[in-house]
Amino acid sequence: MTELIADELPITRQNPFDPPAEVTRIREQARISRLKFADGHLGWLVTGHHQVREILGSPKFTNDPGKHHMLDVRFQGEAPPERRKVEPGMFLSQDPPDHTRLRKMLQGQFTVRRMNQLSEWIGTIVDDQLEHLRSLGGKADLVKEFALPVPSLVICALLGVDYDERHRFQDDTTKLLSLDSTFDEAMAAMKRIQEFMRELIVRKKAAPGDDMISDLLATGEPTDEEASNMALLLLLAGHETTANMLGLGTFTLLQHPDQLKVLRDEPEVVDNAVEELMRYLSIIHFGPVRTATEDVEIEGHLIRAGDTVLMHVPAANRDPEKFPGNPDELDLRRPASGHVAFGHGIHQCLGQQLARIEMRIGFSKLFQEFPDLRLDVDPEEVPLRTDMGIYGVHSLPVAWSA
Amino acid sequence: MKISVDQTKCCGSGMCVLTDPDLFDQNDEDGTVVLLQEHPDAGHEATAEEAANLCPAGAITIS
Repeated sequence: MTELIADELPITRQNPFDPPAEVTRIREQARISRLKFADGHLGWLVTGHHQVREILGSPKFTNDPGKHHMLDVRFQGEAPPERRKVEPGMFLSQDPPDHTRLRKMLQGQFTVRRMNQLSEWIGTIVDDQLEHLRSLGGKADLVKEFALPVPSLVICALLGVDYDERHRFQDDTTKLLSLDSTFDEAMAAMKRIQEFMRELIVRKKAAPGDDMISDLLATGEPTDEEASNMALLLLLAGHETTANMLGLGTFTLLQHPDQLKVLRDEPEVVDNAVEELMRYLSIIHFGPVRTATEDVEIEGHLIRAGDTVLMHVPAANRDPEKFPGNPDELDLRRPASGHVAFGHGIHQCLGQQLARIEMRIGFSKLFQEFPDLRLDVDPEEVPLRTDMGIYGVHSLPVAWSA
Repeated sequence: MKISVDQTKCCGSGMCVLTDPDLFDQNDEDGTVVLLQEHPDAGHEATAEEAANLCPAGAITIS
């Protein structure tokens, strides 16, 4: 079989909301193709929805970063495998049985029922933040004043992290996720966040509170090191992703007034609107990555043990085989469930039910309270997070009638 | 139609409960699936299929 080979991963987007046109072109030719990695490894690029699901759901692939070949778009491709060892508690990067054991300790905290019980409380956090936004007059950066604070306040309160200490993790999270950071810079940022979390674990052990970290410690199951890295994962994953969905999602809706009108006129559409925005935007810039632990044949392609596979979630979420009609069109009434924005397989987002509620309440209340919200700059001037592993907007200048 | 669930595969994503809370629930302790109706009535067959399809861990099977 002749295979399409990409010498590098295309990451240049032609507009703020669509995956790179080059990746779409590759998907149109072959949903499974070859991709060169920084060390010369000839791995795989998977852009089809069905194929991404199959690999993410397969136990024949590992998420251990020590096993992955590196892409040249991160750390200039330089991150020696011996320095990519997974630390205890980093369950996102672990395989069963460690992953299963650690994730199970947290799963009960993120059930649909528990998250629904938080709706009212999340509503008051959103209300307070919107009141703060209004107090700024008639214009503001929506990311700084709303999209980032809401999920940060929520995850800090749930974990029992003092929000006033956010300077101890927010800037370093940016460094950690920046595609422009060197490996050493990213690791230094990681060490500083880990130090903060270690201190937090010591404090929680001495004086437990009514929060997830205290509950986790009370089970006596994780070691201190595991608990500290688990808490770190929850903290990072809990604010960056949702914040960027709120920021980029607002930008998207403002640029699609017909769809914003649907959301305003038919409030009951909001749950589906959240799914459609997730499908349409995906929020991870590209990825995730897995490496085969044994030979696997998929649709006539032999993926050999040791081959690294880059799955392109933004491309998969626009696959017309899964989303017929025009998948490149935002349609808040489209059946959008089954998108892979939260991933698939055993690593599928643990906090997805929380994220859904934050987005549902965040978007609803924002556009209810600020009916004439508008961009305060030309759309071309909105700074895009093309330099980050989690896509979105760095800032979103908006205005409204004060 | 018969629904079967495998708690050992379940990763607690909650997709089944989100899809049809009449058929599925989650254990408060570890978030794993609790089957509420083994034989869904006709009105729930489509959502049972959807829940099985959406389950990220392949923990739900329909026969």
